[in-house]
Amino acid sequence: MTLVVQVENKPGVLNRVASLFRRRGFNIESLTVGHTEKPGVSRMTIVVDTDEAGALRIEANLYKLVHVQRVENVTSTPSVFRDLAMIKVAATPETRAEIMQLTHVFRARIVDVNSESLVIETTGAEDKIDGLVEILRGYGILEMARTGRVAMTRGPRPEASANASGQDDSLEDESVSYSV
Amino acid sequence: MKKTGGEIIWECLKREGVKHIFGYPGGAILPAYDALCKYPEIHHVLVRHEQGAAHMADGYARAGGGVGVAIATSGPGATNLVTGIATAMMDSSPIVCITGQVGSKLIGYDAFQETDITGITLPITKHNYLITRAEDLGPAMREAFWLAKSGRPGPVLIDVTKDAQQASCEFDWDEAEPGHRNCCLAASSAAPQYSDALELINHAKRPVILAGHGILLSGAMHEVRAFAERAQVPVAMTLLGIGSFPASHPLNLGMMGMHGEAWVNTAIQEADLLLALGMRFDDRVTGNLKTYAPMAKKIHIEIDQAEVNKNVKIDVALIGDLRQVLGDLLPRVHAGNREPWLSRIQELKGDSAVRDIQNLPDDGHLYAAHVVNDLWRETGGNAVVVTDVGQHQMWEAQYYKHDQPRTLITSGGLGTMGFALPAAIGAKFARPDAEVWVVAGDGGFQMTMAELATIVQERLDIKVAIINNGYLGMVRQWQEFFYERRYKATPLYSPDFVKLAAAFDLPGAAVRQRAEVVPTIRKAREHRGTYVINFCVEQEDSVFPMVPAGADLHAMIRRPSPLVETAQDL
Ligand SMILES: Cc1ncc(C[n+]2csc(CCOP(=O)(O)OP(=O)(O)O)c2C)c(N)n1
Ligand SMILES: [Mg+2]
Repeated sequence: MTLVVQVENKPGVLNRVASLFRRRGFNIESLTVGHTEKPGVSRMTIVVDTDEAGALRIEANLYKLVHVQRVENVTSTPSVFRDLAMIKVAATPETRAEIMQLTHVFRARIVDVNSESLVIETTGAEDKIDGLVEILRGYGILEMARTGRVAMTRGPRPEASANASGQDDSLEDESVSYSV
Repeated sequence: MKKTGGEIIWECLKREGVKHIFGYPGGAILPAYDALCKYPEIHHVLVRHEQGAAHMADGYARAGGGVGVAIATSGPGATNLVTGIATAMMDSSPIVCITGQVGSKLIGYDAFQETDITGITLPITKHNYLITRAEDLGPAMREAFWLAKSGRPGPVLIDVTKDAQQASCEFDWDEAEPGHRNCCLAASSAAPQYSDALELINHAKRPVILAGHGILLSGAMHEVRAFAERAQVPVAMTLLGIGSFPASHPLNLGMMGMHGEAWVNTAIQEADLLLALGMRFDDRVTGNLKTYAPMAKKIHIEIDQAEVNKNVKIDVALIGDLRQVLGDLLPRVHAGNREPWLSRIQELKGDSAVRDIQNLPDDGHLYAAHVVNDLWRETGGNAVVVTDVGQHQMWEAQYYKHDQPRTLITSGGLGTMGFALPAAIGAKFARPDAEVWVVAGDGGFQMTMAELATIVQERLDIKVAIINNGYLGMVRQWQEFFYERRYKATPLYSPDFVKLAAAFDLPGAAVRQRAEVVPTIRKAREHRGTYVINFCVEQEDSVFPMVPAGADLHAMIRRPSPLVETAQDL
């Protein structure tokens, strides 16, 4: 499940969110945080290994954190998912050209070259990056860094779907009604 | 108006209407204590252990419905609060804890008595603050009070560095008003779920209301009663729901769950509709979830959406303040006639309804159940009873009939031994005119008995009934049932509690015979001031019925014979 969480950028907020997942027994696969277009508001993309019911529980619990403004489960919303990777590959004069060609095929970029290695940078959906990594493995991956998933829904901001409470419709299970 | 951080703390408490606070001083909180000299209208109760301060704040909140406040120094003072905070969190009790912290420049350097108390209490508070500037104190204090009591109540902690207490800044109460955060949503009784709920209620043949603590927290006693009477739905209670519906009401079933009455659990298992009001399907009330109330549709009215579908799959959930939601539903509920169902329940009660243990012959043994039942009769059911945790707690729940809200104060979710005595002190401050009784085990009483000194220093009138069975009784019961009577680490030495009381200059008496119970309770009640009674009861008595942890709710270990109360006959 992929959750996009908007939080007030207060000290300790990452700790509060991470602590909630730990305490409720959910395993975070990846978590990215960064600024948003609004000052003082950060955005987290959290990928967690759970089912629909688990995601609803997480959402409801996230809303209990004072600094959480909005939670969106974008797993099945049409969205753009991206991951950034930097991969350092062993490269000899014999293999370098071949690696560069593959890099090109994957629309990745070479950002550092030296006599024994190359650093390749790529962004894309995770499966595309996974594909590149698989191919490069044969040449010897010396080092790799990946950001983890960031996500954004397609189309204009779904501002309207957030009701007075700041809760969006995705939490609204058919059988649940919200009042006062 | 320029004020120091220390003064801002008291100024805010005063304006929040706080009259009593429970605390213990130390270096990092000294500037605040010094500023307290300027606020004679706030009464500080010096506790004997900070755990006691948190329980007192908790007891104060539960008995009076307000927000309780505890204050402690950094490091060990703050960590001693932890059990009390966790207790309040599990039972949704609104308390605010203020702790001193080392100077902001020293944070992170392992300074003397530095502890990361905001880190430690992160999972056991609704929210907490680390305040390093006097300017931030006012808004944090106001928001803390608002958070503690809003929505589902709970504990909030504010950790204030020593320099923030010492620094001065402009303080304006109005400006410190919290920008109310998302918690309350717009009412919509027109929502389709309301009709769905009404449909289920109006067509149910065998409905049961599950009455929880939320009723008391929301103040929905009247609505629940009106609802139950109109629709003729019997009411089962959780431990913390006791008092939310009058025990003497004909529709009252009694307590459900692990030590609930057999007919209550059976009724739940046979029900076709459960109407869960402000309760959270704790494992102590459901037993095995796979076999729980298999025929029942479930309606959940609850303020905390994270509780919905957590343990039990819900058919219709109405999220909101119980009082309001029930108020909205009430006019649309059909007046019911559920005669067949009510007589079925009457049938279930059968001879197990012989709970009138008063009429049992005196067999020379003193049973805790008798003590509690006599206490109920003697106090006319009007006392505020604060229990500890263990067998005596369950006997209290079974044999003291509470008709009034907030008259049973007990640690449910966390099951904190040592809760009773300090919580009773808090309760007495919240309700000085109420008759307050502690019902504690010999084990739990010894955990916090130092607070007797607080009682004496504050000249309080609290009656203490120690149910002394010479064992950590509830654990002994488990050893008896599930560990072939291997009583490892449960036999318990106790001091002579009457002499102990005397050391605090308090009167007391020991009771060993059933015939002495009532006269001694009367003597204690006639005495103006605290009185300690050591009830030396049957040692190997057990609480029945019992649903073993995780077992099916209907699979109860029953009292061997409904007329016999003791494990002798097991
Ligand atoms: C702080 C704490 N430690 C341990 C327990 C586990 N426990 C639950 S009931 C119980 C026995 C309580 O003994 P006592 O206070 O004598 O009461 P009794 O059951 O005998 O009435 C224990 C040890 C607990 N609930 N709380
Ligand atoms: Mg005992």
